[in-house]
Amino acid sequence: MSERVEVALGPGEGVRWRIPWTLIIFLAALTLPWIGTRYDTFLGTQIAIYALFAMSLNLLLGTTGLVSFGHAAYFGIGSYACGILMKTAGVPFWAAFPAAGLIAAGFAAAFGFFCVRLTKIYFAMLTLAFAQIVWAICFKWNDFTGGDQGLPDVPFPDIGWMSALPGFGHMRIGEQFYVLTLILVALCIAALHRLTLSPFGRVLTTIRENPERAAFIGVDVRAYELAAFAIAGGFAGLSGALFGIFNRGVFADFVFWSKSADVMIMTILGGMHHFWGPAVGALILTLLNQQITAYTEYWPFVLGAILIVLLFVFPGGILGALDSAIGRLWRRRDA
Amino acid sequence: MLELSGLRKSFSGFVAVSDVSLRIETRQIAAVIGPNGAGKSTLFNLITGHLRPDSGRVLLEERDITGVQPHEACRMGLGRSFQRTNIFPKLTVFQNLQAAFLVHKGRGANFWARSESLYRDEAEALLASIGLRDQANTLGGTLSYGNQKQLELGLALASEPRLLLLDEPTAGMSAGETHDTIRLLERIAGERGLTLLFTEHDMDVVFSIAQKIAVLHQGRLIADGSPQEVRNDPEVRRVYLGHSH
Repeated sequence: MSERVEVALGPGEGVRWRIPWTLIIFLAALTLPWIGTRYDTFLGTQIAIYALFAMSLNLLLGTTGLVSFGHAAYFGIGSYACGILMKTAGVPFWAAFPAAGLIAAGFAAAFGFFCVRLTKIYFAMLTLAFAQIVWAICFKWNDFTGGDQGLPDVPFPDIGWMSALPGFGHMRIGEQFYVLTLILVALCIAALHRLTLSPFGRVLTTIRENPERAAFIGVDVRAYELAAFAIAGGFAGLSGALFGIFNRGVFADFVFWSKSADVMIMTILGGMHHFWGPAVGALILTLLNQQITAYTEYWPFVLGAILIVLLFVFPGGILGALDSAIGRLWRRRDA
Repeated sequence: MLELSGLRKSFSGFVAVSDVSLRIETRQIAAVIGPNGAGKSTLFNLITGHLRPDSGRVLLEERDITGVQPHEACRMGLGRSFQRTNIFPKLTVFQNLQAAFLVHKGRGANFWARSESLYRDEAEALLASIGLRDQANTLGGTLSYGNQKQLELGLALASEPRLLLLDEPTAGMSAGETHDTIRLLERIAGERGLTLLFTEHDMDVVFSIAQKIAVLHQGRLIADGSPQEVRNDPEVRRVYLGHSH
């Protein structure tokens, strides 16, 4: 998205040959099981899943201008839905995965129906309230969700056939699952990208920019907000479904409010006004967490410090700061 | 075109608009004037659905639009510009208008097409008509004040309204900008066969283009007629024109 905006705004520039960066990054990430350690692949899976989770939140935060403090609810619902379907009901992954997205979207539509009736901080508080209700239910409903014991041993999808492919023979199931995750996440992100550039996405940005004016070009603001909320919830549910399998179990803390805060920090850290910002945030926060917890147990302290620097020095997030730095370089070169 | 009957609105005991009835004919250019706090903005908000009246009705082309949601009023042919400029500041001028066309043509729920390529011709034609062609790729929020007002007019026009409500279209403008805006409004209203209803502080503006003037004072309509009639109305002279002139 950022590349296109550059082209649209670039002074006097014609059509420019563009490097397919997304394809290059995707292919590079795909080689991880061959070039990295097993632990690298493990981290890679986590980053890919969180990237999708954060990008789903950004459809609300950056595109529509809605601050949801309860996005973990839909991540968790997707997780439980997929986990329960696969483990308890024996449904295969290829059916459980889309079902998890649809179930999460359904819950998001139901809760969102009430949330979009409120604005600003009241909207945020109601999303949080619904998320905490979901958490309480997941935490207490022992028969269905496993309660505080969670839902351990969610099975891996049946992807043993991958071993028959050339080059995949040496892989363990965790690495094969990384390949599957990467492909599914890429497809979801492609869909989100298309959505952001579509007329629907443009209408969402008018709501972000000015809801009062949006209503007076004929936008039914609540209906569009609800649609965005349900779609964002659906993609969060898909990321949650993958995470439950990756984590070898689903637990109530997937739905806890601190999970909603984590994903919001990722989104803001990377830059919510960039399509790829949340993915960059997910990458950096996951790697930092990994590095820093090796040295100190005070990760929350470091996280707090990062946030303060971020808010005062780079309010546009990492990509926002890069963007303005590159902009300055361009101007200097032109001058 | 527009018919208000017995409109009344009070806010916790304070009566902002009281028993206002008014008729505006198709293609008429009408102004609502009155001192600060006379209820002009409340009256506008009652017409456009931002506020629901305590009693009374609003008819647009014989259809009852009392208390409908703003987006519904917009779809029924009512356009509006606001007193404080109301655009999409982080979209380019072109994207501002294009978004309005997308919504107006009912393409807003399209999840798949690329919005960039849609309604380019319409948006460009409208840009030319409101005199912003050279600023097409400027961000709306960085335009000069006068240009933002022009853009806002463009946003209202993209929905192809038949009745256009303008809340102080020249507020905060220099004399030159005011003159240009009035000429622009007159030309566009003529070209498109629009009915205009506007509020305005500047009496020169009002008397130069309005064909009908309604005077509000403390929420009541105290006069309503041609500029000549209003100018000679003794009560208007006493409560309003006497103060400012």
